[in-house]
Amino acid sequence: MPKGIAVDSQGRLKERAAMSDTNLLLTITVVVFFILYLSAVLFLGGGFAKPQNFLNILNNNASLIVLACGMSIVMITGGIDISVGAVTCLVCMVCAVNLERQGGSIFTVILIGLGIGLAFGLVQGFLVAHLGIQPFIISLAGMFFAKGMTTIVSKEPVRVTDEAFLAIKDARITVPGLGSPNKLGEYIPAYVEVGVVIALLVVVVLFCVLRWTKLGRAFYAVGGNNQSANMLGINVRRTKFLAHVLCSLLAGLGGILYFLHVGSGDVANAAGDEMNAIASSIIGGTLLTGGVGNVIGTFFGVLSLNTIKRIVSSLGFDEAWWSNITVAAMLCLFLVIQSVVLLRKNKK
Amino acid sequence: MKAPVKTPGSRLKRPEESLVKRLTRQQLFIPIAALVLLVLFNLIADYKFFVVTMKENSLGNPVLSGNIISVLDNASELVILAIGMTLVTASSGGQDISVGATMTIAGSVILRMVCGSQVTADTMQMNLFLAVFIGIVVTAFFGAFNGALVAYFNIQPMVATLIMYTAGRSIAAWINNNQLPIVNDLRFKYAGTFLPGIPVPTPVFITILVIVVFWLVLKFTNLGLYTQSAGINPSSSRLNGLDPKLVKLLTYVILGVCVAVAGYIRVSRSGSINYSRNAENIEMDAILAVALGGNALSGGKFNLYGSILGAYVIQFLTTTLYTYEVPSTALPAYKAVVVILLVVLSAPVVREKLANLKKAPVKAAKEVA
Repeated sequence: MPKGIAVDSQGRLKERAAMSDTNLLLTITVVVFFILYLSAVLFLGGGFAKPQNFLNILNNNASLIVLACGMSIVMITGGIDISVGAVTCLVCMVCAVNLERQGGSIFTVILIGLGIGLAFGLVQGFLVAHLGIQPFIISLAGMFFAKGMTTIVSKEPVRVTDEAFLAIKDARITVPGLGSPNKLGEYIPAYVEVGVVIALLVVVVLFCVLRWTKLGRAFYAVGGNNQSANMLGINVRRTKFLAHVLCSLLAGLGGILYFLHVGSGDVANAAGDEMNAIASSIIGGTLLTGGVGNVIGTFFGVLSLNTIKRIVSSLGFDEAWWSNITVAAMLCLFLVIQSVVLLRKNKK
Repeated sequence: MKAPVKTPGSRLKRPEESLVKRLTRQQLFIPIAALVLLVLFNLIADYKFFVVTMKENSLGNPVLSGNIISVLDNASELVILAIGMTLVTASSGGQDISVGATMTIAGSVILRMVCGSQVTADTMQMNLFLAVFIGIVVTAFFGAFNGALVAYFNIQPMVATLIMYTAGRSIAAWINNNQLPIVNDLRFKYAGTFLPGIPVPTPVFITILVIVVFWLVLKFTNLGLYTQSAGINPSSSRLNGLDPKLVKLLTYVILGVCVAVAGYIRVSRSGSINYSRNAENIEMDAILAVALGGNALSGGKFNLYGSILGAYVIQFLTTTLYTYEVPSTALPAYKAVVVILLVVLSAPVVREKLANLKKAPVKAAKEVA
C-alpha cells in the first residue's frame, strides 16, 4: 500500500477508514487489558502484583498466542479456521508417541509438528480458496478429522520421559530486573519458558509481515474487498490459500509449543483452544468480516482473556465451567461492540 | 418446495435428456443414492444387519430389536434437529453449531425440574409435561439469543452460535450445580425407550409427530416461503413487506424448540446426563444431514424431506460403522472424510467441471449420429 493513501486527510478512502478501525479496536483492547490488570492488582492485590504471576500467563499460553495469531491472519482475509485446537492436540499426541515409542528426537518432533500443520493447511487452503467451499465447514471437518485421528493414534495419555526433551521443557530463561522475594526472603528471579520466546518472535515476525510486505498487505486487501483486490492485481485465491496454510502451519507450531509446555500427549489437550483463539482475535480487534485486525491486538487479546479467567477464579468461582462462561460472555460483548461499530460506520 | 425438474414444462424443453441425467438432477438424488449404497454394502457384507427380532427388554416387555430398529430409534434426535437446522440454514445462510450444547441445557433443565431438590428422584417431583415445557421455553430463549445476534447484530451464524457452543455445556452443569441427577421413575423414560405394550421405540413416534407438525405448518402457513425469501434476498423481501430479521429470529426460536424436544428424548433414554458427552458432535451430524439432503448451506431454497432422509442416512452410516467395531471416539474422523467428499462434490467449481466432462462425450456422440 503506498504511503500517500494512508496519510490521506480526506478520510474517504476505504483503506484509510479500515486502518483507523484497526487502530481504534487495538486501542480499546490495550486499554481494556490495562484496566483489567490494574484493577486486579488494586482490588485483588497479592498474586497479581508479582511479576512472575504475569509471566505465568505467558508461560501457560505460549501456544495460544501462536494459534491466535494464525487465526487472526485467516480472519483478516475474511475466513475462519476452527481446526486449530484439534490440530494442536493431534500434534501433541503424535509427537509424544514418536518420542516415547519410536525413539524420536527434538528434530523429528519439530518436523512432525510442522508437517502435520502444513498438511492440514494445504488441504483446507485448497478446498477453501480453489473450490470456494465455506471455510467454516471445511475447518469443522478438519477439526473432527484431527480429533478422530488423535484417538486413533492413542486413546491413553502418553507421558514423555525423554531426557533431552525434558531439559528443553524445563529450561527457564530468567528475565533480568524482574523478580520477587519468596516467603523465606530469598530473591527468586522471574522466568519465562522457551516457548514464550518463540511465541513472541512469531508475533513480531507476523506483525512485520502484515505491515510491510506485499503478502501482508494482500491479506488486508482480500479481506476488505475481494473484487477490488482482484482489480488491483492481487491473486485472491492464492492469498486465501496462503492464509490458510500459514494458519495451519502456526497451529502445528502451536502444537509443538503446547507439547513443550505440558510434556504429554492427551486426547484432552488444547480442548477448546480454537474457541480461545477466535475469542482472543476478536477481543484483539480482528473483525470477522475481514480486512481489519492486528497481531499485536491479538496478543493483548490473549492476555486480556487469561487475565479475566484468573480474576474469575481468584474471586472464588473456581469450577472449570465458570471459565467457559466467562470466555463466552466476553466474546459476546466484543462481538456486539464490533457489530455496533460496523453498523454505525455503514450508516455514515 | 418440490424440485422444479418435476414440472412437465421443463421435461418438454429438454426431451433429449437421458433418464440418468434427469435422476441425478433431482435434489433427493444424493441421499437416496447414499442410502442405496449403504443398504447394498450391508446386504453384501452381512445380510444379518437387516434381521429384526422380538426380544424381551429389561422390564419383560416384548420389543422389536435389530440394527434397522436401532437406526430408526437413534436417528430421532438427529432428524428433529435437522428439521430446525434446515430452516435456520435457509433463512440465515449459516448453521447453528450450538445445538449439542443447548440440547444438554434442555436435558439439564428438564432433569432439574423433574428431580426437584433431590439428586436422585425415584418419583417425579413435577408434572412431566410442565417440565418439558419449561425446557422448551429455556432453549427457545437461547435460540432467540442466537437469532438476535445473527439477525440484529449481523454476526455470522456460526460465530454467533460459537458463544453458546462454548458456554452451553458449562451452563448445563451450572444449572444442576455440577451434580448428576438421576431419575428412576419409569414414566420419565417412556419417551426415550418403550411405552408399555408397544414394541416400537417411542422416539420413532415422537419423530413422526414432529415431521407431521412441520409438514402441516409448511403446508398451511407461509413459513416456508418467508424463510426462503429471507435467505435468498433479505433486502428485496424487506421491500415486499416482510421483516427478514424477524423471520431469521423466528427460525432460530423454532430450532430452539426442536432442540428441547431432542434434548428431552436424549435424557429420557437413560434418565441421567453427562454434561461433557451428552449429544457430543451432534451439531456436525445435523449440518451434514442438511447438506446431504441437497440443501445449499449458503441458504435460500430448502427441502425439509431431503434433510430428514439425510439424517437417517447418517445414522445408518454410524450404525454400520459401529457394527464393524469402529470405536465411537474415532467416528468423527470417518465422518469428516464423508463431509469433505460431499462438500467437494457439491462445490460449484467441481460441479461445473463434472458437467463439462459429461457434456463433451454427448456432443461427440451427436456428431457421429
